[in-house]
Amino acid sequence: MAMLIFMETLFFSGFIVTYLYYIGKSPFGPQPMDVLELGPVIVNSVCLISSSFTVIFAVRALRRGSVGAFRVWLLVTILLGIEFIVGTALEWRGLIYEDGLTIRTNIFGTNFYSLVGFHAFHVCVGLIILIGIFILSLFGHIKPARDHGRVDVATWYWHFVDVVWIFVFTLVYIIGRVPQEAVS
Amino acid sequence: MTTVPSHPPALAGRRDGAGFWERVMAWTCSVDHKKLGLMYIGCGLVFFLVGGLEASVMRLQLARANSDLISPETYNQLFTMHGTTMVFLVGMPVLLGFGNYLVPLMIGARDMAFPRLNAFGFWLFIFGGLLLYFSYLGADGLYGAGVAPDVGWFAYAPLTSRTFSRGNPTDYWILGIMVSGFGSMTTAINFMATIICMRCPGMKLMRMPLLVWMMLVVAFLVLVAIPILTAAQAMLLFDRQLGAHFFNPEVMGSALLWQHLFWFFGHPEVYILILPAFGFVSEIMPVFSRKVIFGYPLMIAATVGIGIISLGVWAHHMFAVGLGPVLDSFFTASTFLISVPTGIKIFNWLGTMWGGKLEFTTPMLFVTGFVAMFLIGGLTGIMLATVPFDWQLSDSYFVVGHFHYVLFGGTIFGIFGAIFYWFPKATGRMLSDRMGKITFWLMFIGFTLTFMPMHISGVLGMPRRIYTYELDRGLEIWNFISSIGVPVQAAGILLLIWNIFRSLRKGRIAGPDPWNAWTLEWATSSPPPEWNFDRIPTVTSARPLWDAKNPENPDAHYV
Repeated sequence: MAMLIFMETLFFSGFIVTYLYYIGKSPFGPQPMDVLELGPVIVNSVCLISSSFTVIFAVRALRRGSVGAFRVWLLVTILLGIEFIVGTALEWRGLIYEDGLTIRTNIFGTNFYSLVGFHAFHVCVGLIILIGIFILSLFGHIKPARDHGRVDVATWYWHFVDVVWIFVFTLVYIIGRVPQEAVS
Repeated sequence: MTTVPSHPPALAGRRDGAGFWERVMAWTCSVDHKKLGLMYIGCGLVFFLVGGLEASVMRLQLARANSDLISPETYNQLFTMHGTTMVFLVGMPVLLGFGNYLVPLMIGARDMAFPRLNAFGFWLFIFGGLLLYFSYLGADGLYGAGVAPDVGWFAYAPLTSRTFSRGNPTDYWILGIMVSGFGSMTTAINFMATIICMRCPGMKLMRMPLLVWMMLVVAFLVLVAIPILTAAQAMLLFDRQLGAHFFNPEVMGSALLWQHLFWFFGHPEVYILILPAFGFVSEIMPVFSRKVIFGYPLMIAATVGIGIISLGVWAHHMFAVGLGPVLDSFFTASTFLISVPTGIKIFNWLGTMWGGKLEFTTPMLFVTGFVAMFLIGGLTGIMLATVPFDWQLSDSYFVVGHFHYVLFGGTIFGIFGAIFYWFPKATGRMLSDRMGKITFWLMFIGFTLTFMPMHISGVLGMPRRIYTYELDRGLEIWNFISSIGVPVQAAGILLLIWNIFRSLRKGRIAGPDPWNAWTLEWATSSPPPEWNFDRIPTVTSARPLWDAKNPENPDAHYV
């Protein structure tokens, strides 16, 4: 799993470097500082990052042997993750229908949707893993003594998705929103 | 899987009494690292024949000036498919296949760490390859008939944009390589986990066979390089299918970015292709010199050094782009630097042979040929790393000559040596040494005939990737000699195939240790049982079988 994450990191670094390379190089169409709003994104980010903590609580509960608490924390994590996805979807809806920014509009749109989209895709994969574990635990297939290590490893992926988001957020919503004049 | 009886030979396909479908199932459903390894090698060799056929047609076209045997479009498709096939569908799978077969045996393990993931990786590779070749049938797009990708194996933007690459052959190229790339990545994860976690008692890192060390570094490089390629290909796919603008200069996208991303993958990739061959040489050469490998720790250091430096040399493929003096000098320097550990290896191999009791069996001939050919390829590599020289000869036939010396004279000779060396282990029978030697000399002479003149035609100004050339430029004779070499090599390869099929039935029975070798794979029967070792061995030195054969003078005294 550590190596899978290493590999994924490289995959994202490809997109991140590309994004950095293209910051401020999008001559026409909607610009990041005009269309990206921080408010909803911060709510999403808080949800996603706190979900990293709730999943830790879940693993700890499992390690203690209390499957009930494990299920509750895991469910909270899943809900927070779903909030993030829904939030991103709403943001995109606004961008596409109100600001007219799509992947073909300009180079900013190309980079924005690819990077954020790939991240959202990974969040979905993480959610599927967590939901799978949740369903298994509902049917009583998660034995604390036997499985806490396995569940722990599975949650690494979730932490990874979170960490990537911190980078993506910094890049897209903070560095990327600095007006072009300041960059050049 | 369940149909496998309790004591089968590794080649279950040749078991008596099993029905046809039972045999097919025993292979296709197998998660045994040995069967998967053999399937990797087998499929890789089939693709090798296909790629070789494509090369032969190109050489036939170039045999004389102003030839119109095939159209320019066909020629473009041929060199694209040849390059892509040889790199992604021959080099990678055959080397990963050898790694798959040998790594668990060499470290005294029963299987890879994740056998099912292993099978998954293999099937991804094979279907990725078939997807690429399906473009001949299915990539109709606007042409109305199947066409292969024609953008070159490194698929430079903006040739790959929808404007210049109509229809969807390039999309087949992207997807086929992406799928087989996922296979390589899973296999690399598997190698790392296996080598780190599954070594037998006593097999410290500094007692591992060098091939295992090389595979460890290769796995690391695969993990670093392939995701970047996947990311770049994903961007390209977005460009082509969704109308994104990553590589579209019209709206400030950058064609240069593709080159950076591609070569950041591409240069580690050539080390992915050569390091396992270094491993073959490092295993085969000591056995037939009857000496320990010279400078074992230095070999490991050099391997790791190559692995790290290879991540910082990619832009030497891009000097002609005009990166500016600072970047040019940096990448020249790093490229010179990487030749140091490579040179260390060459001296260590020579040091291994020096004063040894040399036995020139077929595998030894191939690895000796490897050292010589690879040295030439390495030297022309240093020439090309010099910026002014590169500006003069970039994208000429000199470059074609250079990388064929490295990848054909290097990797393929290493692979052929490995086939002759480990064939007895995998099948229980020896390949004919007499035919093997003829194969070697045919290959060696044919290879030199084909690729040595390419240096000259390159210096004379022949660019690569043109489908024909004009008379009276002094190019005819060199191209003609290059083409003459092809049938000689083809004869060698056909002889090898005949040798394999004949020896499978009539070859001399090998016994567990035909070469009197020292590493653990020779400690078990040939072919090894499904579980590899009856008892997991315990080792006390880098040459466990030497210790077993010479209990009065074990290696363990010296390390």
